[in-house]
Amino acid sequence: MVATVVTDVVSTSRAVVRGASAAKAGTSARWAWLWSLGQAIGPILLALLVSAALLLVLGKNPLTFYRDIVSQGLFNKGGIQDTAIRMAPLLLMASGLIVAFRANIWNIGGDGQFLLAAALVAGAGPPLIGALPNALAFVILCVTAVVVGGGWTVVPAYLKARYGLNEIITSLMMTFVGVNFANLLIKGPFRSTTTQVPQTDVIPFKELLPRIPGTRIHVGLVLALIAVFAVHYVMTRTAFGLKLRVLGANPRAAAHAGLSIPRLTIVGFMLSGAFMGLAAAVEVLGVWGYVRADWNPNFGLPLFALVFLARLNALAVIPLVGFYAVISMGGHFAARQAALPDDFMLMIVGLILLFMTLTEYLAGRSERGGYLSAGLKKALGKGGGDE
Amino acid sequence: MSDMLTAAFLSALISGGILAGMPLLFASLGETISERGGVLNIGLEGMMLMGGYTGFVVTLYSQSHWLGLLAGAGAGLITALLMVVFCVRLGLDQIVVGIAILIAAGGFTSVLQRAQFGTTYPRLDAMSAVEIPLFAKIPVIGSSLFAQPAIVYVGFALVAVLHWVLRSTNMGLNLRAAGEKPEALDAAGVSVTAVRSIAALSAGAFAGLGGAYMSIVGAGIFVPFMTHGAGFIGIVIAMLGRGRALWVVIGSFLFGMSVSLTTALQLVGITVPIDVVNMLPFVAVLVVLVIFARQAYLPAALGLPYKRGIR
Amino acid sequence: MTNGTPTHIETMTSDLLQADGVRAGATAGPIGPAVEVREVSKAFPGVVANDRVSLAFHHGEVHCVLGENGAGKSTLMNILSGMYKPDSGAVMVEGREVTIDSPRRAIELGIGTVYQHPTLIPVFTVLENLMLGEGVGVRLDVEAGLRALDRFAKTLGLEVDPHAPASRLALGQQQQIEIIKALWSGSKVLILDEPTSMLTPQGIEELEKVISQLRDEGLAIIFITHKLHEALDLGDTVSILRGGRVVGSWGPDVVKTKSRSEMQALIVGAMFGEGGGSLEDVAEVRDGVTGRARRRGLPPEPVLELVKVSVEALRGEVGVHEVDLTLRRGEILGVAGVDGNGQRELAEVIAGQRSVVGGDIRLCGESIARAGVGRRQSLGLRYVTDDRIGEGTVGTLSVGLNLILKRIGEEPFWRGGRIREEAIDQAACDLVEGFDIRTPGTETRCGTLSGGNLQKVVLARELSFDPKVVVYNKPTYGLDLKTTLAVRDRIRDLAESAGVAALLISTDLEEILDLSDRIAVLFRGRITGIVDNAPGVERHVGELMLGGDRGD
Repeated sequence: MVATVVTDVVSTSRAVVRGASAAKAGTSARWAWLWSLGQAIGPILLALLVSAALLLVLGKNPLTFYRDIVSQGLFNKGGIQDTAIRMAPLLLMASGLIVAFRANIWNIGGDGQFLLAAALVAGAGPPLIGALPNALAFVILCVTAVVVGGGWTVVPAYLKARYGLNEIITSLMMTFVGVNFANLLIKGPFRSTTTQVPQTDVIPFKELLPRIPGTRIHVGLVLALIAVFAVHYVMTRTAFGLKLRVLGANPRAAAHAGLSIPRLTIVGFMLSGAFMGLAAAVEVLGVWGYVRADWNPNFGLPLFALVFLARLNALAVIPLVGFYAVISMGGHFAARQAALPDDFMLMIVGLILLFMTLTEYLAGRSERGGYLSAGLKKALGKGGGDE
Repeated sequence: MSDMLTAAFLSALISGGILAGMPLLFASLGETISERGGVLNIGLEGMMLMGGYTGFVVTLYSQSHWLGLLAGAGAGLITALLMVVFCVRLGLDQIVVGIAILIAAGGFTSVLQRAQFGTTYPRLDAMSAVEIPLFAKIPVIGSSLFAQPAIVYVGFALVAVLHWVLRSTNMGLNLRAAGEKPEALDAAGVSVTAVRSIAALSAGAFAGLGGAYMSIVGAGIFVPFMTHGAGFIGIVIAMLGRGRALWVVIGSFLFGMSVSLTTALQLVGITVPIDVVNMLPFVAVLVVLVIFARQAYLPAALGLPYKRGIR
Repeated sequence: MTNGTPTHIETMTSDLLQADGVRAGATAGPIGPAVEVREVSKAFPGVVANDRVSLAFHHGEVHCVLGENGAGKSTLMNILSGMYKPDSGAVMVEGREVTIDSPRRAIELGIGTVYQHPTLIPVFTVLENLMLGEGVGVRLDVEAGLRALDRFAKTLGLEVDPHAPASRLALGQQQQIEIIKALWSGSKVLILDEPTSMLTPQGIEELEKVISQLRDEGLAIIFITHKLHEALDLGDTVSILRGGRVVGSWGPDVVKTKSRSEMQALIVGAMFGEGGGSLEDVAEVRDGVTGRARRRGLPPEPVLELVKVSVEALRGEVGVHEVDLTLRRGEILGVAGVDGNGQRELAEVIAGQRSVVGGDIRLCGESIARAGVGRRQSLGLRYVTDDRIGEGTVGTLSVGLNLILKRIGEEPFWRGGRIREEAIDQAACDLVEGFDIRTPGTETRCGTLSGGNLQKVVLARELSFDPKVVVYNKPTYGLDLKTTLAVRDRIRDLAESAGVAALLISTDLEEILDLSDRIAVLFRGRITGIVDNAPGVERHVGELMLGGDRGD
């Protein structure tokens, strides 16, 4: 499997170049890579530019702000490790989004699936880790999180599969319910008796997930990277992955080919939720050791932009998630320096998404197809019809 | 239980229902217009937040509630311009643009709020209530139904206007055609782009008004992300209302009451955790969706960009 | 030449059909053409749809524009109705040069269009459909609308319920409404784009009556068709488009004086050039196609049996009710009927895409009513869908993957859960060659292929790997003549030489008459009759298509 993944990495990069050359037929292939890079980076630059303008209006220095982000998130020995640690849950959630989006399932409810799983892991973690060997406890907790995350998608998945109800609405409703339900659990059965603020008991620091030697980075990051490669392998090489892609690209063709749409929808949706749950387990067991009431890192929504920018390609998501982790960790610091809320980063991400649709439009004028389809590697041949 | 408590309970339920239901009403009326015209506005909540913040600031500095409400509607309309340019004109994906607006507007209003007020949350004066003679004297429900700020009555008037527009005007016919079969509208000589632009802009204005109501009349303060899913509930109400204004009204106030139910219960001595209160409307939406799943009717061309000659 | 001065034409809803001035003009001899195009060209990426087309359309005349699919007829029509702007050339209305930059402008200039695809909105009532886009004020003036509709209905001799939803009307009625809609604001020019494609022979007769009436009222009628006999039957003037150019045009002086066979020879010569003779047996060119005799000596054993099969109707459908059909080895059984009478439901229930509500389906004696699509596929039951873009292929996947779309996860293309690209490539290359699919490669994205090649991809997938029974649903719809012929040959060959039974569902009666051994007729989801194919059978089939007798 490792060998295939390696060849995949190579062929993916080739495909990106090939796709780009198709996108800009007539432009010399030498510049094709630049075009494709521009399509990924263009929206980011535009968003940063607009945000800079806003900072100026608010009387802040954008250069200082962005310098703070980079220096804290990337060029600070502790900061870069924090960034790497932050990547772990983000990569897992991005994997979950890719599985769903490839099947054209809009799982917007990732945050609810994440938080509910986090609450359960934090609630069950301290007693379990006290009673069992750590490794066993970790496995049990991860499985619990996977089941909870996946289980929380059952309602929207069923409603979509059975009645064709729009899952954007239902999965979002489930998120609101899930966030509040998680709070109820933390304030109720899981509430620690030792603290003033409502929160769960704390797993001692030395009992958390083991670290990668020589760093503060926990092994959750390794797990996340493995997950990304696994998702890439499944989506591109296996029959199941192709079935999901057919469903996503053309549900009627999927029915025509005899695929069971309800089953694929439910399995795809639950798999997506399972990744959200796993992300929560990794974050709680690797970083926090507890969950406080009303804690909501809102990882889910910003990831949309990244996953689309990566054109639903699991491997391309890695650098983009890295970028976002820098923004997110460094941005926290920069925002505090500038007396702004962390939501500034949310706005940047929203703008990235907005500008992405625009660059897709510009690209689409020379090549047909958008971000949901164009990522299908190898499928990109010559643009335009032959008639 | 004494009659007085029951009266207090009912009165609290109704006035709370209106308080929480009005923003939902405005939002879902806006989404109704937009959906009928074939534009799925997922960014409704973002437009509410823009309206909520702008309305709050304008009211704070002008001391005029009406000016604030108007400014809120204007802010929603300007945000909706993005939908018009990106989705109606350029034909880009309505869902992605909607989510982008949702995220960006949420972050934007939060940043502005902090930049302007730091960590303080100034309060607005309450909007004075207007009593409708005679009706306001009806026992129990009178004071809660007929002694409301004037904007509530304006809201009901808007419902009537919308009902008339959708049913009996050329514009209403064009709007429905744009959502059902835009190529037919085009062939009939009406610009699909123009009709859909108007629909998207109205939705923005209505959502902005709903957000402004929330911050100015409802809460009296602006807190980032204070809409807390109201926009999405509005979308669901519009879907289930199927373009019928009266159903939109009923839906909005039922959801509004599900919020105020817990407050009303507290009045009679039953305490409910805040998280249950927050959760209730969404559970209600899900239950309604499960029960009425088959009845949610959406226009045939909803969410699909229209480009002449491509069928 | 006055440049771009818009001629203002009064909307004359009220006096459309008395149109005195117009009729007087038409009878008083030489006034200019109602509409004229001069040297009009229009190109799309990769294809010149109209190449310096010059034609004139006169009042009181039916002008048939004839050409096969892709000849540029629809483009020309779309230019006149304001949907497309020409790249160059001039459009003249009543002798003045005009710019028709929108459908609104075309309507203002008095050009009404009945499009090939229905433009009625199913959930709107008849009246709402007619009034769409016509209102000047804020309020819908229902009374005025009712009055106008009443007048139209009386003049044209039609009965219309103004408050019935359009979806409830039969297709023939829907088309009558489309015609009224095109005339609603006082059009003097009526464009009809392939108006007969969805009608029964009887419906076509009614349409012809309406057309002659409108012609006699002084309207200029532009009748676009790809069927030669329609042009011969209806046309006062006949023009031929081929590859975007006008390759022949004969006015009333020629059409009226020459005999039918002389005209036919002229037209065929123009449509297909010098080598056209060999194509003369094509249904589209043949004059008034009739059935062919049923083949003798088909083996008696049935391969596919439908016993009282019923299917639930989804929204806007008629469903299928107690259908009995038997298909023998090597037989081609045509299923005729007007579109929307249960064709898709029937095809899908046989393919396994819908569940059987009642009755049984047997393949070689074995019940498959509960089997899924995949199982039926591997048993040799295949389905060529009528929607090659929306259902038959996945545009974003490669041609290769589309060719094995129904074998995902199966050996030899997958082994141990892992894709084997060499195996897929190999199979795909063979199929691309065997079915003459024109594609840059098997890796090419399927969505970039032309309609004809997409259909070949679908056929290659369904007709390979040992088929026994194939359900064809409108297999040549929208294809150009050459591909149409190739597809029909393949269906015939496969049945005759390989013994593959075919259920040929088609709304093109000529196609069914050309290929079938027997013909079953579908009406409102029921089989109204099954007849042996024979010369002269079309009249009887036409009656059955209207629900006629239930004999046989």
